[in-house]
Amino acid sequence: MGKLEIRDLNQSFAKDDGSRLVVLDHVSFDVKDKEFVCILGSSGCGKTTLLRMIAGLDTAESGSIILDGNEIRGTSPKVGMVFQEYSLFPWRSVIDNIAFGLEMQGMKKDERYRIAERYLNLVNLAQFRDSYPSELSGGMRQRVAVARALALDPVLLLMDEPFGALDAQTRNMLQQELLEIKETTKKTVIFITHSVDEAVFLSDRIIVLTPRPGRICRIFSVDLPRPRDRTSPVFAQVRREVLDLINQNCSIQ
Amino acid sequence: MNLIRSRVHTIRERWLGVVAIVFALVAWQCYAVFIIRNSFLLPGPGDVLLAFISLLQRGILLTDFKVSLMHFAIGLGMALLIGIPIGIAMGWNSRADEFLNPLIEILRPIPPLAWIPFAIIWFGFTPVSAGFVIFMGAVFPILINTYTGFRGVSRIFVEAGRMLGCTRTWDQIRYIAFPAALPSVVSGVRIATGVGWMCLVAAELFGVSNNGLGKDLWFFYDLHQMDSVVVYMLLLGLVGLAVDMIFRYYIDRRFLKWRTGEVA
Repeated sequence: MGKLEIRDLNQSFAKDDGSRLVVLDHVSFDVKDKEFVCILGSSGCGKTTLLRMIAGLDTAESGSIILDGNEIRGTSPKVGMVFQEYSLFPWRSVIDNIAFGLEMQGMKKDERYRIAERYLNLVNLAQFRDSYPSELSGGMRQRVAVARALALDPVLLLMDEPFGALDAQTRNMLQQELLEIKETTKKTVIFITHSVDEAVFLSDRIIVLTPRPGRICRIFSVDLPRPRDRTSPVFAQVRREVLDLINQNCSIQ
Repeated sequence: MNLIRSRVHTIRERWLGVVAIVFALVAWQCYAVFIIRNSFLLPGPGDVLLAFISLLQRGILLTDFKVSLMHFAIGLGMALLIGIPIGIAMGWNSRADEFLNPLIEILRPIPPLAWIPFAIIWFGFTPVSAGFVIFMGAVFPILINTYTGFRGVSRIFVEAGRMLGCTRTWDQIRYIAFPAALPSVVSGVRIATGVGWMCLVAAELFGVSNNGLGKDLWFFYDLHQMDSVVVYMLLLGLVGLAVDMIFRYYIDRRFLKWRTGEVA
């Protein structure tokens, strides 16, 4: 299972002058089991804040986040995360990065390697098993990060603009791979992006946030059949629809 | 082809260094024999070699070498045992930082050799008192580099660890902060070995010990056997070099292999 309910979430930070900066304002939505949801918004709209709270890295001021009936308080192995920055441990080889979470659970070496190798194959990096992150390209590093997050078999995978730093070609390739991985592993995915193209290509639904304070502006269902062809006229049409609605309703007022 | 060329290149580089050393030896010998003509004021390489052989045969050198290494091991060992945990505590916990920082900033600028009187009073004429002086020289570079290393641990690594179940403080230090800080810790230890080695000579010179390379350097000066003094000078330099080589070639390759691909 991987069913997420977010209820009336608020978050604000103290500013230097003593006033409060509201980052998230009464955000509520649900994510169904095995659904792929993109959260779309411009920089500073609080989308990363939202994701960090779902991850259990930060606590909300008020409101609740409920995963499969249990409120999220702190990090848990049920929730995996792929960060925007390169977050692989540079002192660990690829296989030891993927096996890290299993090692923390106290699993024996050969057993955790066996599981880690399965995820290494899933992201097509078997020949880089013993390489160090510094020897990998940006795209490969994020694939390892995906494998590392999946190795603990979480029900919910969070991705914070994971392909933001990559070139367009690599990015398209990784989006495709991600969808295939999602098909095999049957995870619920919440993916943050500021690219409409990426959101339309990946999502079952797109949640658009307004900039500062972050509120839910629109929720779109993307009903295009998969695999999606980003050059097709229907794709372009959906993308335009999303863009138009964002421009009319979800920009800074 | 490239490999051969680079091989030839390194051989040529090495040869240049050897040529320089040979040249210096010849110049030294000529200067000593033809110009100074007084082996007390300037013993030549030949005198030094003879003194070296004689010292070796009498077994003095080996004893001195062992004693000095023991002093050094005591000092550096204590510095590691105390410097690393305090550095970790201060780098990881800002309360510990605020608490200890002023104290350390006051103690740190005191030259290690200024501790010699208390080394003698507290520990007497034992290896521990030489070790203590070395400790005072070595502990601060280790502590400060451990501290800065831990301060610089990227938040993203700690958070990635938390997402993967590394949530206890001890685990975060052991599995994330320590390996991330290791390059800085190692370079601190390397600086500490250099400082410690210099303190060793001084500590032994001031009579904290009965044997050792520094002690006997002074002893032979008192006997006006300057050729033996030069033997000790050269030995001290070579051991210092050897310790540094261990760091440059062994420790870096063994523990910091992952950094080879990075711009360090």
